[in-house]
Amino acid sequence: MSNIRQARKALTSRILEGEGKASPSDRRAAFNNSGLAEPLGTLVEQVARHAHRITDEDIAATRKSGLSEDQVFEIVVCAAIGQATRQYDTALAALEAATGKE
Amino acid sequence: MRLRILDSGHSFGTKALFALIRTVSRQPVLDVVKLVKYRADFYGGPMQSVTHEAMRGPSTWSVGDRELMAAFVAQTNQCEFCTKAHAAVAQGAYRDEKKVSALLSELDTAAIEEPLRATLLMLGKLTREHVVKTDDMRAVLAAGASRQQIEDALAVCFSFNVIGRLADAFGFFVPGPKAFEAGAKYLLARGYR
Repeated sequence: MSNIRQARKALTSRILEGEGKASPSDRRAAFNNSGLAEPLGTLVEQVARHAHRITDEDIAATRKSGLSEDQVFEIVVCAAIGQATRQYDTALAALEAATGKE
Repeated sequence: MRLRILDSGHSFGTKALFALIRTVSRQPVLDVVKLVKYRADFYGGPMQSVTHEAMRGPSTWSVGDRELMAAFVAQTNQCEFCTKAHAAVAQGAYRDEKKVSALLSELDTAAIEEPLRATLLMLGKLTREHVVKTDDMRAVLAAGASRQQIEDALAVCFSFNVIGRLADAFGFFVPGPKAFEAGAKYLLARGYR
């Protein structure tokens, strides 16, 4: 049985709590897909819901708002991991309910 | 690649590694490699630990099964790069090209074991709708998948729901089949670390 619990915990704490170019609050907001000002709010929603529709212009808009490439990189990473985490946690809870096991 | 730092912002040592990869494989360096090598302490390093465990850690799913799950999740997300990349790895692992393309085009009727089919259907729903219910899990268990197998499959699903989003957001270049074949050989020999 594979076990990603420790590795996933390390990943999440690194991107949210470790050093970065984007502020910890913006990284956390991107992870939660909640509370970011435009144009980042729209980009983060796209990453979470339909990343395949993101265009060059969407990324360019965040750069024009004054963010550095490193900040955009970190925000997008946090948004992707946040959405995948919500999916994973929801599915694990459904599995626990189905098997009656903690 | 939509961010220049991901294309050419790497350290001198990493750029030398890319030159070596190009020489040995005779193929361009895949954008996914450029992503994980950029400021690897932030994303690439910790993420590769997760993905390696999910894809190559102990599991009763074979490597081919897990690569197929990766390709299937990618296809559900309409991520062309990851679908092609992991279909190539699954084909290499199964040593069967037709099986993988049949599964990716006609999952309902393809000739595969029921636990794997039910698991893929559940991963597809989770990826598409972002949620699955208790009854969805009961259906997978009833098809013969064990609780542990479902957990292992969810780990694969987690990794590729991250990677596919990044591939599409950052605009990975989709190369020809030879580049993916070279990448698949590497992943089958070395894994994700």
